[in-house]
Amino acid sequence: MRTALSRLTLHEPRTLAAALKLMRRAGPLVPVAGCTDVYVQLQFGTQPALAYVDLSRLSPLRKIRRQGDVLVIGALATFTDLICSRLVRKSLPMLVAASREIGGPQIQHRGTIGGNIANGSPAGDSLPVFAVAEAVVVLANADGERRVPFSAFYTGYRRSVLQSDELIVAVEIPAVEGAQWFRKVGTRAAQAISKVVMAAVRSPHPRIALGSVAPTVVRLPQTEATLASGAGIAEAQRVLKEEIRPIDDLRSTAAYRLQVSANLLEAFWETTA
Amino acid sequence: MGVVGLSVPRVDGPAKVGGMACYVDDLVFPGMLHARTVRTSVPRGRLSGIRLDFDPAGFTVVDWRDIPGRNCTLHLTDDQPCLVQEDIRHVAEPVLLLAHEDRDTLWSACVQLMEERGEPVLDPAAASHDHAHVLISDGDVERGLRASDLVVEGEYRTGAQEHVYIEPNGIVAVPEANGGVTIHGSLQCPYYVHHALVNLLGLPGELVRVVPSENGGGFGGKEDYPSVIAGHAALLALKAKRPVKLVYDRAEDMLATTKRHPSVVRHRTGVMKDGRLVAMVIDVVLDGGAYVTLSPVVLSRACLHAQGAYRCPNVRINGRAAMTNTPPNGAFRGFGAPQTQFAMEVHMDRIAEALAMDPAKLRLRNVLRAGDRTATGQVLSDSTAEIVLREAMKRSGWRRKRVAWKGTNRGIGLALFRHGAGFTGSGEVRLASRCTLTTTERGVRIRVANTEIGQGTCTALSQIVADALDVPMDEVTFSVPDTADVPNSGPTVASRTVMVVGGILERAATAMREQLGTLSPAEHFARHGETNVTREHEPPPGLHWDDQTYRGDAYGTYGWGCDVAEVEYDPVTYAARAVKLTAVQEFGRPVNPVLARGQIEGGSAQGVGWALIEEVVMKDGAMTNAQLTNYAIPTTLDMPRVETVMVENPYPHGPFGAKGLGELPMNGPGPAIVNALRHVGLDLRQLPATPERVMEAARGRA
Repeated sequence: MRTALSRLTLHEPRTLAAALKLMRRAGPLVPVAGCTDVYVQLQFGTQPALAYVDLSRLSPLRKIRRQGDVLVIGALATFTDLICSRLVRKSLPMLVAASREIGGPQIQHRGTIGGNIANGSPAGDSLPVFAVAEAVVVLANADGERRVPFSAFYTGYRRSVLQSDELIVAVEIPAVEGAQWFRKVGTRAAQAISKVVMAAVRSPHPRIALGSVAPTVVRLPQTEATLASGAGIAEAQRVLKEEIRPIDDLRSTAAYRLQVSANLLEAFWETTA
Repeated sequence: MGVVGLSVPRVDGPAKVGGMACYVDDLVFPGMLHARTVRTSVPRGRLSGIRLDFDPAGFTVVDWRDIPGRNCTLHLTDDQPCLVQEDIRHVAEPVLLLAHEDRDTLWSACVQLMEERGEPVLDPAAASHDHAHVLISDGDVERGLRASDLVVEGEYRTGAQEHVYIEPNGIVAVPEANGGVTIHGSLQCPYYVHHALVNLLGLPGELVRVVPSENGGGFGGKEDYPSVIAGHAALLALKAKRPVKLVYDRAEDMLATTKRHPSVVRHRTGVMKDGRLVAMVIDVVLDGGAYVTLSPVVLSRACLHAQGAYRCPNVRINGRAAMTNTPPNGAFRGFGAPQTQFAMEVHMDRIAEALAMDPAKLRLRNVLRAGDRTATGQVLSDSTAEIVLREAMKRSGWRRKRVAWKGTNRGIGLALFRHGAGFTGSGEVRLASRCTLTTTERGVRIRVANTEIGQGTCTALSQIVADALDVPMDEVTFSVPDTADVPNSGPTVASRTVMVVGGILERAATAMREQLGTLSPAEHFARHGETNVTREHEPPPGLHWDDQTYRGDAYGTYGWGCDVAEVEYDPVTYAARAVKLTAVQEFGRPVNPVLARGQIEGGSAQGVGWALIEEVVMKDGAMTNAQLTNYAIPTTLDMPRVETVMVENPYPHGPFGAKGLGELPMNGPGPAIVNALRHVGLDLRQLPATPERVMEAARGRA
C-alpha cells in the first residue's frame, strides 16, 4: 500500500509464507507490528527506511503455548498478552513483572515481544529475562527455520545475527528451575527508559542478567560462578563491579549504574534466600 | 446569590473536552505556507556564510537583510537579534527562515551554515558579563554577624527546568491587504508580541494585530518567546505575501525556547542560641543565558524573596544574572522566587540542625508576622505565615512523625514560603492596565488582553464580573484577547490576572451597574445600544517603591504557604519517593475553589518534578535530552497524595478578597522534599535530587 500522502510503502501480507516471500523478494523491508519503536524513530527522523512490512495480521504468531517443558511465545504476543497469560504467569513470572514495567498500558497493548528483541536496545526491559531464562530465538526465512540461543543472538550495539530476509517468529523458553527475580530502575516510577534493569534466577547455579550497562544485554558468568561457589554476597558484588563497565549517558552515570547493579544483586540474593 | 466562591464549571471546558477548541496547529488559511527555522549549532562564534543546497523554486527564504525595521526581538531591552547577522551567542540561535507549501519539501531542503567556533562561557560563576544586578541592604550585617552566637554558611543550587506545556509553541502570520500583518498563535501576552513586531517590522501599531488562539499551556514559557516566533512568521508572510504557519515540534521547542533560570545561592547567617536570626548575607547568581530577555525582572523577584518568610534586622542580598552562551533562560512559574526560597528553606533546616532545634520551632521563632518589616523596609499589614505553618504542622502530624521516623528510611520535611502577587515594585503603576466591559444583545462582554492558558482566567474573571454587575453568569462572555478589540490590561504573568485585572473589572462592573440602573445589560443594550465602561488600574493606597534604592513596598500583598513533604527513601536505588504532600496555602479568598485547587495541585506537581526528576542535561551549551523520553516529568505514579488546605484571609484591595495564586504553589515542594531527605540523614543542597545525587549524599549518611 502506498498513499498519496506518504512517501512510505507498507506491505500487508496475510500469511507468514507471504511475509517471508516479501522479505526475500521485495527487501530490504523493516518488519513492523505494534510500531511502538518505529513511530518514535519516524517522528525523530532517525528511521531512514521507506518500505515496511506489517506483520500484525499474522495472528498465528501471537500464540503462547506449551510444548512439553518448553514455553513457546509467538513473536507477535503483546506485553498485555504476556501479563494475561496463565502459562506465562505460572512458569515465567519474571517476564510478567518485566512486561508490566514496559511503557504504559497503551504501549503494553501494542508492543510485541518480537519487536522488543528485534529493536535490540540495551535498555529493552524483557531482554534480561530471556537472557537468564536461556531462551532460544526462532528465526524463519523463505527456506525454513533456524534456532539461535538468546546468548548468541546479539553481536553488538543494536546488531544481531538476524539476516535481512529473516523474521523472528517465536521465542522458546525451557523450564526455569528456582526463584525468579526482576527489577527495573528507570528515571521515574513508570513510562521510563531503564537506567539499570536486572533479571535473575536463584538456583544452585544462579543466573544474572543486566540491561543498560553495556552495548547489549549481558549475563554475568563470573558473578554467577562466585555465587554458585558459596562465596558471600559482598564478594559477589565485588566481582560484579569488575565484570561490567557501564557508561555515563544522558540518563544516568557509570558510577550510579555500577553501584545500583551491585545493590540489586544483594536485593535479589536477600529476597530469594 | 453570587457565584464568586463557588466552583462553577469552566467556561472554556465544553469546547476543549469536545474537541471544538481551535489551537494554532488547527488553523488553516488559503494559500498557507509551512515554515522552518535554520539554527546555529555552536554556542559561540561567527557566522561566515550560508549555502543553500536546494532548488529554491516555491521557497520563501528570509535572513536578517529582509527585516524592514530593527533586527531585534524587543523585550526589556534590544540586545537580542531576531536573526543572526554575524555574531553567534548560543546554540539554536535563529539564522535563516524557510517557507514552502509542502512540509516534506520544506524539511528536506538542505542548508549549510559556515560557523566559526569561539570559546563559550558556560559557567555562570565564571561569566565576565552580567545582564543585571540587584542589591538589597538593611541594617548592618557585619555588626549582626559579630553579635551572633553562631554563623551558618551554605551554598545551594537549582537546575534549569522545561515548562512542558502540552502544546508546543506556534504562530500563524497572515499578511493583510493594508500592508499590515495579523498574528494568530499560542501565547500569553498579546501586547508583548505587538510591541516586538511594531519594532521589528517598522509598522505603525494599527497595522499589527495579535489574536491569541486557544492555548495549550504556558507556565511562563509563552511570555517572551512567542515574540521571536511571531517575528519570524511575520517576516516570511510579508515577503511571501501568503499566510505562514510556524509550529515547533517538541524537540525544537525544548532545544530552542526558554527554561527556568539555574541558580547558585550562598547564605551566611548569624543566629542566636535561641534561634533568633540576627544577620543574613545572601548572594544570588542566576544563569541568564545569552541575552537579557526577562532576566533582570526574574533576578529582582528572586532577590526580593531571598529572605523567605522570616524577619531579620540585618540583611544584605546581592544578586546578579550572568551572561552565558546558552539559549536565554526566561519566565517560569515562580519567576526566581522558587530558586531563592529553596536555598533559604534548606538553609533554615541546616541552621536548625546546627542548633539542635526542631526546624518548625526555628521557623516559628522568626516568622514574619503582621507589623514586621522585610529587608526592603516594607511593613507587612498582615501575614498569615504563622497560621499556615501551624496548620501544616497540625494537619500533617509533624511532631509525631518527626520523632517516630527518626533513623528510618521515611522522612518528613517542611518549607514555609511566600509569593508577591502582581508586578514587582512600581510595575503595576507603570503598566497602567485598562479593562473594558461592553453591553451586548445578550449581556455583557469582558474585554481584556489576558489569556486563558488553562489556569481558568475566563471563568474566574466572568465570576467576578457577574457578581459585581449582579447578573447571572451566563450573561457574561469573555472576548478573544485580540489587540484590535481589547485594551491593554497587561500580560498574563506574575499571578496578577485575578487580583489586578479582576480588581479593575470589579470596579468597571460596579460603575456599569450604576449606569444601567435597574436594567439588565441586555435590556440596556436594546434601549440605548452598546455601552462601554473602561477602568484603569489604581494601586492600593499608601504603596511606595523606589527602583533605585530597592526600598519600599515590593509587592502590594503576598500569598503565604507551608508545604509538608513525606518521603520514602529506597537504599537500593537511592530514589526518594514523595508519598504525601500537605499543601497549606493562603491567597486571600478563592474565586473558584476547584480551579484554585487545580492550581495548587498542578503547581505542586511541577514542584515535585523540579525537586526529584526533571533535569535539563546540557552539553556544550545545548540541551541533549530535548525529548520527552529523556526529559522525564512526573507521572501520576510519581505524584504524592496532595492534601490541599486553603486558608482564607480576604485581601481588602483584591476583587472579593482575592490575591494572586498561580505561582505560589511552585515554591514549596522542592525545599520540603529536600528537607524530608535531610530528616532521613541525607545532606542534599541541590535540585533535582536525582538518585545519582542522592547516592553521593548517602555516602555521608548519618
